[in-house]
Amino acid sequence: MIELKGVRKRFGEQVVLDGVDFVVREGETLALLGPSGTGKSVLLKHINGLIRPDAGKVMVDDQLVTSLKRHELAELRTHIGYVFQNGALFDSMNVFENVRLGLSDENKFNDMAYAEARVAECLKLVNLAPETAEKLPAQLSGGMRKRVGIARAIAGAPKYLLYDEPTSGLDPVNANVIDALVKRLDKELGVTSVMVTHDVRGAFNVADKVALLSEGKIVLQGTPEEFRESTDPKVKAFLERDFESDNSFAA
Amino acid sequence: MESSVIRLPRFVGRLSLGFLAHFGRISLLVVELVRGLAEVRIWVPRMFTEAATVGLGSLPIVVLIAAFAGTVTALQAGYQWQSSLPVYVLGTLITNTIVLELGPVLIGLVLAGRIGARYAAELGTMRVTEQIDALESLGRSPASHLIIPRVLASTLMLPILVIIADVIAVGAGWYFVKQVLPITNSDFAYGARYYWRPFDAYYSVIKAMSFGLAIGLLSCYMGFNTQQGAEGVGKSTTAAIVTSSVVILLLNTLLAKILLNP
Repeated sequence: MIELKGVRKRFGEQVVLDGVDFVVREGETLALLGPSGTGKSVLLKHINGLIRPDAGKVMVDDQLVTSLKRHELAELRTHIGYVFQNGALFDSMNVFENVRLGLSDENKFNDMAYAEARVAECLKLVNLAPETAEKLPAQLSGGMRKRVGIARAIAGAPKYLLYDEPTSGLDPVNANVIDALVKRLDKELGVTSVMVTHDVRGAFNVADKVALLSEGKIVLQGTPEEFRESTDPKVKAFLERDFESDNSFAA
Repeated sequence: MESSVIRLPRFVGRLSLGFLAHFGRISLLVVELVRGLAEVRIWVPRMFTEAATVGLGSLPIVVLIAAFAGTVTALQAGYQWQSSLPVYVLGTLITNTIVLELGPVLIGLVLAGRIGARYAAELGTMRVTEQIDALESLGRSPASHLIIPRVLASTLMLPILVIIADVIAVGAGWYFVKQVLPITNSDFAYGARYYWRPFDAYYSVIKAMSFGLAIGLLSCYMGFNTQQGAEGVGKSTTAAIVTSSVVILLLNTLLAKILLNP
């Protein structure tokens, strides 16, 4: 279980998180919505300890992330796959080496036969052809880079998956492909996921629970139905803005 | 007038705080590096790759600089030469100037630009494209994967490059001094050996190692702490070159005082 209690974070004068509380239970997929620049990615990086809160608690599996020692945090991170917004692939390595680096167990990492089989399995899971393994990140499209990023995140068979804007910068067709992939992986691998996005439609398709981050606080956390029916002005404004942008796009 | 009275201490205060902050962060980085040394299986192969890249990649510029440095030293010695001095002194002058000073300092300053810029830009780009965050999120240590191999590669390769540079520069100096002054090979060799102390060679290598360590550590530190996109990478690359060069000059003075004039 992932639990955040009263998490606060500021960068200089700018307050980004102002007392965030939320819970993600085992097996759930939570979509964290919010306009750009509201601190969704910052919040996600608190979960695996990439960013430390100024105040509040971040708990993963009843472990207080902020109080973990260096090696304990490294160990916890091997159970949390993180999919970065732009893939964050190591550009000097090919796809095989990138995905292999996701094998957190050093023995498995050094066992080349196992690594080759596991990388091939992960690439298949994210619908990438085996030949992709030999390519460099610069030779891949945006959608492929994101899928390689997902393959790397799942290579170590994590218990949790954190997705940072997995569909941003993609055309609607590719965004739907990634949404479907996230949904399928969550089911097939049985992981607990948190997906940061500003794509409401994608979030409703993929997630069991939805939360809206606005002005440093979680305004609402609930099922997609509860979200749609909410009378909270911030939720309504966010949904209306999303559908307006959809209509203008369609027009 | 009153405002400038306030401004100066404020400026000095900010500068001191900035320096202390850098010093603290570099100290923490060094602690991380010492901890990361335990992960031998990670950093050893990467160190050899880095060393090969840094060494072979820098060899052409090192050979070029050494050849020109040796040539110019010989030509200037010829210009300033007084016939009242024994001619074998030229062998001493050229060899000692190159081995004690010109070889390590010139090569150190040039490689501060070449290796320092490369390290800072590589790590800076990795920082702004979240590759370093990605490494940490995989439970892996950036110290053992990225920084230790680079710092050790520059610390070990700089002495090797300086030894090569010393040999080439002395050879070039030997050849060109014979073109401008009536000195024989045996005169030059006699002069070079007459005042030669094995410590001179150790001193050259010690200087080169300390310059290599400074270049590796400072450039990796600057790159690792890059902020704000492409502009940040530019800033940290420039800072890496300038800081490494200044530190090389400071170390050069410090080592001359400690090791040559204790």
